[in-house]
Amino acid sequence: MGKVMLEVRDLKTKYVTRMKEDVYSVDGVSLTIEEGKSLGVAGESGCGKSTLALSLMGYYFAPLHYMSGDIIVDGQNISGMEPDYIRKHILGSEIAYIPQAAMNALNPTQKIIKFINNVIHVHDPSMSKGDIYDMARERFEKLGLPENVLQKHAVELSGGMKQRTVIAISTILSPKVLIADEPSSALDVTSQKMVIKMMKQLMHEGLVKSMIFITHELPLLYQVTDDIMVMYAGQIVEKGTAHEMVFDPIMPYTKGLMGSIIVPEDGMKANKLEAIPGTPPNLKHPPAGCRFAPRCKYATPECMVYAPPVKKPAPGREYRCLFEEKYLKELYANG
Amino acid sequence: MAELGKSVLRGEDVTKIFGMGKVRTTAVNKVNFDFHEREVISIVGESGSGKTTIAKMILGLIGITEGTIYFNGEPRDISTGKKRKEYWKNIQAIFQDPFATFNQFFKIDAVLLDCINLRGGKNLPYEEKYKMMEEACSFVNLKFAELTNKYPFELSGGQMQRLMIARIFLLKPKILIADEPTSMVDACSRATILDYLLKLRDEENMTIIFITHDIGLAYYVSDSVYIMEHGVFVEQGSAEECIIHPKAAYTKRLISDVPKLNEEWDLSTVG
Repeated sequence: MGKVMLEVRDLKTKYVTRMKEDVYSVDGVSLTIEEGKSLGVAGESGCGKSTLALSLMGYYFAPLHYMSGDIIVDGQNISGMEPDYIRKHILGSEIAYIPQAAMNALNPTQKIIKFINNVIHVHDPSMSKGDIYDMARERFEKLGLPENVLQKHAVELSGGMKQRTVIAISTILSPKVLIADEPSSALDVTSQKMVIKMMKQLMHEGLVKSMIFITHELPLLYQVTDDIMVMYAGQIVEKGTAHEMVFDPIMPYTKGLMGSIIVPEDGMKANKLEAIPGTPPNLKHPPAGCRFAPRCKYATPECMVYAPPVKKPAPGREYRCLFEEKYLKELYANG
Repeated sequence: MAELGKSVLRGEDVTKIFGMGKVRTTAVNKVNFDFHEREVISIVGESGSGKTTIAKMILGLIGITEGTIYFNGEPRDISTGKKRKEYWKNIQAIFQDPFATFNQFFKIDAVLLDCINLRGGKNLPYEEKYKMMEEACSFVNLKFAELTNKYPFELSGGQMQRLMIARIFLLKPKILIADEPTSMVDACSRATILDYLLKLRDEENMTIIFITHDIGLAYYVSDSVYIMEHGVFVEQGSAEECIIHPKAAYTKRLISDVPKLNEEWDLSTVG
């Protein structure tokens, strides 16, 4: 077992709306990632994937608020730290975050190198411009990005190149944890592959110690990450290795997600594509029992009343359902 | 594949050149296609390959530089506004971004009523129109009573996308062009949208043309697939032929770039 890079214990965060209503967007999430491992987070739009990413950074700003729980990065508990301290000493060097549409972060009027200067200056004001340039050039070279990108403006780069540049910049301080939120969703398949290749390279060379990869695209997660967890309505509903999750899902929601995968492979056409009816619940008033019950085709009256416990059938594997694994498998087998 | 119906839309050497004089860009270069009744077609290509330009030419939103499009066996004539309106009764489109599709100043009722009017239901009593709108909304699992008197921006993205399909249900065109209908939604809603569209095909004998870069989707839904690169079709045939047993080098590369479940994803093929 490798060194634990990120440990999260029962993290709870909420949004406070303008009407002063609480929306419990991340509700009791626990996870651990070891050195050299990657964890994928899957789920529908609006299930709390991106909010989880924001919450894991420990950098909260309204309307997102911290409620309880611990975030421990390489032995250091960052929950409850001052936002300003986190920005200067944790973000970038301990945790790096790549948001959705990250490439739009590049300032069109600045050269890339100026942007890098600014990033590094916040963390280490003593570094000279020459040192920063050397550092950036070395990193770009390692990742297979041409050096002349440094002297260009963002508008001169293609979408895929911009995205790769942003990832290279955000990991330039070799963070312990990289949180990537849909890093390749806006790109075509070829650029996506280049971005993924670069991220794998970052992991492989130890420039990034561990990774959380958020996307709704399951075949991509399956190919990229070691473990996958599925989120629904702010909670983790199932967790396991990538292979287990795709080919042997336990919880009905995961089963439903896997039923919506389309890949261009022989025999795929014969599969019936199954959509999960309905939409995720409103987290202002989460359902009393199982949060998935209103949409679950196997739900019983008990599901509506009792919140399901987290069950752990094997090490590293967990799911949240009232029913036992064996019973659920029988249900699936019978259609 | 079900046996093909009669040809509804055929293109012969269709070409589109943007620009004038020395600065000319050939977006679509002499493409030929033949779409049949009840057929589901996918035009697959990367960004900038010219697939949306084809869609716009078929819709008649932009002119054709060279070549002819035949509709129902006859050369298409959309030279006057009246003829164009007549043509649009038969051919309709849904686009990628549902937010950009609706006029933000029109209420949902107005949007749907417009569709009924276009179909020649202008003089029907309101009760009947109401019933038609209700039916269209329930087709896509929306409740019309909840939507009436609302503006498009008051709906969620998913609701709007479904409302777009409700529009098509009312319009009942012969041909539907779906330009990247699922590129902005997650896999789950994608399955729902495809479900509705294929149901429309079955109920209304519609021809559906998907314009997409999602090869998995193209394989799953289509009868025939056209692969496009730099303005030309590099490969065309049944979904099985094109995507499982591709011949063109470009198609092979495109397919190898998609992450799959039952084979290793070879990352070494990209720079």
